[in-house]
Amino acid sequence: MSQPNRTAAGGRIDRERPLSFRFDGRHYVGHAGDTLASALLANDVHLVARSFKYHRPRGILSMGVEEPNALVQLGQGAYTTPNMRATQVELYQGLSAQSQNRWPSLSTDVGAINDRLSALLPAGFYYKTFMWPAALWMRYERGIRRMAGLGHAPREPDPDRYERMHAHCDVLVVGAGPAGLAAALAAGRAGARVIVADDQCEAGGQLLAERFEIAGRPALAWVGATLAELQALPEVRLLRRTAINAYYDHNFLVGCEQLPGERAKELSTVPRQRLWKIRAREVVLATGAIERPLVFPDNDRPGIMLAASVRGYLNRYGVKPGTRVVIATAADDAYRTALDLAGAGASIVAVADLRAQAAGYLPQQVRSRGIEVLTGARIVGTEGRMRVDAVRVQTGASRVRALACDLLAMCGGWMPSVHLFSQSRGKLEFDAGLGAFVPGAATQAVTCAGMVRGAPSLREALAQGFQAGAAAAARCGFDRIAKIECPPTLEPEETPIDASCAFRGTPGGGKQFVDWHNDVTVADVRLAAREGYDGIEHLKRYTTAGMGVDQGKTGNLNALALLAELRGVPVLEIGTTTFRPPYQPLAFGAIAGADSGALFDPVRRTPMHGWHERHGALFEDVGQWKRPWYYPRPAESMRQAVDRECLAVRAALGILDASTLGKIDIQGPDATEFIDRIYCNSFRTLAPGRCRYGLMLRQDGMVFDDGVSARLSEHHYLMSTTTGGAARVLAWLEEWLQTEWPRLRVYCTSVSEQYAQVAIAGPRCADMLAPLTDVKLDAMPPMSVREGSVAGIPARVFRISFSGAPGYEIAVAAGRGVELWTTLMGAGERFGITPYGTEAMHVLRAEKGFIIVGQETDGTVTPLDLGLDRMVAADKFFIGKRSLARADARRTDRKQLVGLLTESPQTVLPEGTQLILEPHDFAAAPRSPVAMAGHVTSSYYSANCGRSIALALVKAGISRLGETLYAPLDGQLVKVTLTAPCFLDAQAQVRRG
Amino acid sequence: MAELARDDRLRQGAGISIAERPARACIDLRGDVTDARFVHAVESVTDLRPPSQGLAAASGLLASLLWLGPDEWLVVSETQASGELCARLRQALRGVHAAVTEVGDARIVYAVAGPNARDVFAKGCPLDLHPRAFRPGQCAQTLLGKVSVLIHQVGQDPAYEVYVARSFADYAWAWLVTAAGEYLDGSEGK
Repeated sequence: MSQPNRTAAGGRIDRERPLSFRFDGRHYVGHAGDTLASALLANDVHLVARSFKYHRPRGILSMGVEEPNALVQLGQGAYTTPNMRATQVELYQGLSAQSQNRWPSLSTDVGAINDRLSALLPAGFYYKTFMWPAALWMRYERGIRRMAGLGHAPREPDPDRYERMHAHCDVLVVGAGPAGLAAALAAGRAGARVIVADDQCEAGGQLLAERFEIAGRPALAWVGATLAELQALPEVRLLRRTAINAYYDHNFLVGCEQLPGERAKELSTVPRQRLWKIRAREVVLATGAIERPLVFPDNDRPGIMLAASVRGYLNRYGVKPGTRVVIATAADDAYRTALDLAGAGASIVAVADLRAQAAGYLPQQVRSRGIEVLTGARIVGTEGRMRVDAVRVQTGASRVRALACDLLAMCGGWMPSVHLFSQSRGKLEFDAGLGAFVPGAATQAVTCAGMVRGAPSLREALAQGFQAGAAAAARCGFDRIAKIECPPTLEPEETPIDASCAFRGTPGGGKQFVDWHNDVTVADVRLAAREGYDGIEHLKRYTTAGMGVDQGKTGNLNALALLAELRGVPVLEIGTTTFRPPYQPLAFGAIAGADSGALFDPVRRTPMHGWHERHGALFEDVGQWKRPWYYPRPAESMRQAVDRECLAVRAALGILDASTLGKIDIQGPDATEFIDRIYCNSFRTLAPGRCRYGLMLRQDGMVFDDGVSARLSEHHYLMSTTTGGAARVLAWLEEWLQTEWPRLRVYCTSVSEQYAQVAIAGPRCADMLAPLTDVKLDAMPPMSVREGSVAGIPARVFRISFSGAPGYEIAVAAGRGVELWTTLMGAGERFGITPYGTEAMHVLRAEKGFIIVGQETDGTVTPLDLGLDRMVAADKFFIGKRSLARADARRTDRKQLVGLLTESPQTVLPEGTQLILEPHDFAAAPRSPVAMAGHVTSSYYSANCGRSIALALVKAGISRLGETLYAPLDGQLVKVTLTAPCFLDAQAQVRRG
Repeated sequence: MAELARDDRLRQGAGISIAERPARACIDLRGDVTDARFVHAVESVTDLRPPSQGLAAASGLLASLLWLGPDEWLVVSETQASGELCARLRQALRGVHAAVTEVGDARIVYAVAGPNARDVFAKGCPLDLHPRAFRPGQCAQTLLGKVSVLIHQVGQDPAYEVYVARSFADYAWAWLVTAAGEYLDGSEGK
């Protein structure tokens, strides 16, 4: 298939490897080494998009990261990715892309009516137009959202793999152009660990686009030799296709590596993108510069391109984007485009130089080829519907000439890519000669080299690179530097650029675009300034200049230079908007990395998990733990299963996996004093071998955690915590020990994972356990602990119960948990042993009114609110004590824990149900405020009670026992009676948390 | 033994091998390294002085002492029985403010070795394991993906041992196999 714009030879593409691809359904052929943009241009496809607001036909403007127009929907189905810059998409076999923001097609787009209606759609139009009536905003917004947004996100889960990489180095060099390569070479030769990151598939930077020479040979020969030397250095790592997107504190930078599309799909073990998190002692930014576009009427037609990009397509890709070319410029640089294109056989219609003079070496070269150079030119307009076909130029007061062409290459000079430097919080300065911002004082260990620093020549860029790399390495201690010869280059002197020509625009008709991506024109900037939005941040938000995919890489400087001129202040005073990460768009998948699917979050399983699974347990998530929820038998409902489990515990024998509870070993001569300060109840009176339920408060007096702690010996305790609180309680203990009480001689060690723990509960538990253990059970009082063996396994036996039924808990080494569990199951068979899960556990403890921290408490509940006054020791210090004396903690109308019984015993209130004091007719007055008296914290059907039971926090609840309250539920009022929070024989409160 | 299907916990590939190590004695040891009695007591049982330097491990014939914090070490031994080692430490430390706590069942140990081991760790461990920054005989508590681990470099090759809490071991294994996916034999891609 023909590629009409492909040159016969030259470029960095592999002409032996044709690649076929589709754009908007049409088949084309490009070559390996092409980008989608270069392959489209090779096929003479300029029209690739419709603009955001006016739906104007748009072509490829640039060759790189800055592209504002050529955004495509890449790939299909689950693989589709919106808003991909065609200039940054490497071509691969079978690539399929669609244009965006057009319907039904690029050439016939209904939305183009907006261009004709543009007088109705000025900057900020949606702030003005859709303000009234306010109630309709939601409807307007839907319509606006449909019109905005360009591409569409895939609906399917992302099938690609992503990963993160952490990397460390002495010197990170960002950019593998001449300055970056020079810096890497200097630092690498010195022996430093170096990472060079570059967003292209090939190193060389701007040299790839030029016909420069270094040391008398083509510049790319120097690039090749430099790469070979870098690759031979063991401590140098070259990251291709890796855009450094973010520069954070402590020289921490984040980049995104694209792996070529074909490869990633073939090998699913290889990710599509890799996020690099790089920590560097020194950073050298050699991020180059972006060519500045010119502002003139209708400067956005397809076929109007940046001049350096035009010659870049020619030199790098062997693509001549046009055959009859007009060049408009405010700098000498564009004359290189004229020379290169003319050399490739294109016809240069004229160079329209916006400056009064063009007397440098390059303009002379162009003139000597017989090409017309118009100085003092003004571009007053362009023509052409889907592609530029003429440029209207005026010089002085002469009449306007229409220059027929199929390509207009424009150049307003160069804008250093200071984005990352600014992200590092470095200060920017304004370089009057360049008419652009350059790096100023740095705040981190970073230096800039090359065009980003405004280097006026290749020679200077190389010199800055070598110097920056050597100095950075030396600061890292690598100063054994062989003298580095900066290779000679031959470069002509250039005429100064005139940046003011770039942004001023041309008086007269036609839209003069400042920001292509967001359709922001000179008129919009003027309007914003006139209406008072004349700060740069206001301008951005009012006009949307600088937003979106390209983040104003081509448009920002012209917009703010124009604003500065309108206000009559220096550009530096206007400043820039904040440069924020990411410098280039990246997939959300890259940020998530491998943290999806099974690796999304760790799932913690107890040693006995497999047994539970095999026996049909359903699981409840408790933090990251999976705990058995209940064990339904075939055809059993949840309610039936939980009822059966609850009845079995009270009537015979139940068994629960309690391994997830936090366990902290506490020892030292001051352990008792320490524990006494941590818990609000007293522990100094606890004898060795005994256990006690402890309540832990924060400094504000609110309940923080609870659990049973055992005094194993004089100076040795084993504390248990809630499952979810295990880590936070240990951190809490360490915080107090390390920061407040460093003199206490106490060591805390987490042993949560060391032990598997099994609770057995029910009237038959001692019958089952006694024959299995050498511990004398009948000599164990309630709330005691003994060491011994159970089923031949070394074990700790606790006589404690969270169900209120007689019970023991047995702890063995985690590795023997299954052995213990299965032995107990076997031994319990004749007693009808029933495994029960967390749901039954919750019901059983609620029957006894035992709280669960995090369910009955929410960080605003004191022990007094829970009716646990007797647990608040008066005769000692503990954390939170003083707060309990505050007037607020003593209020009698605080929410207090009570039991609730519904009028109908079958009604189970949803947890969280609000309670009100008086009946209220919600049908008659659905929106009138009703005072809320409290809420339900726990609610179950209790088979043991033969009815529903609930716990609630109710204002002044303790004084309201016996009163009737109302729970609004599904339009009905449910009557509830307040009771004491215990529903089953209210004696003998043995408890644990 | 533990229920988790660990039989297949051995994966090898180009420049990488990952395997679960047999259970070993692990003892969490707390004490004051400036207290000569503490140091002598530990030395008398393990033949090793508890390293006072951060990120350091001391290894001998009987055991290794891995630095966990200024007053905390992990005593590990593949040859000594955990209970016996504990008892001997407690006996030697009688009268000294110290804590000796068995934690062997709380940890699983994976061996990760081979020239690509560093790249595998780099996918989820923010620590710099470059030979200039981390050498054989050093250890550090750090992150692997989303879980805390203790990494001990045991060989020059490089070879590492990764200690991970028991309940996080399945995650850590899945993470390692995924991270090493591009190198592993017979990888079907996760």
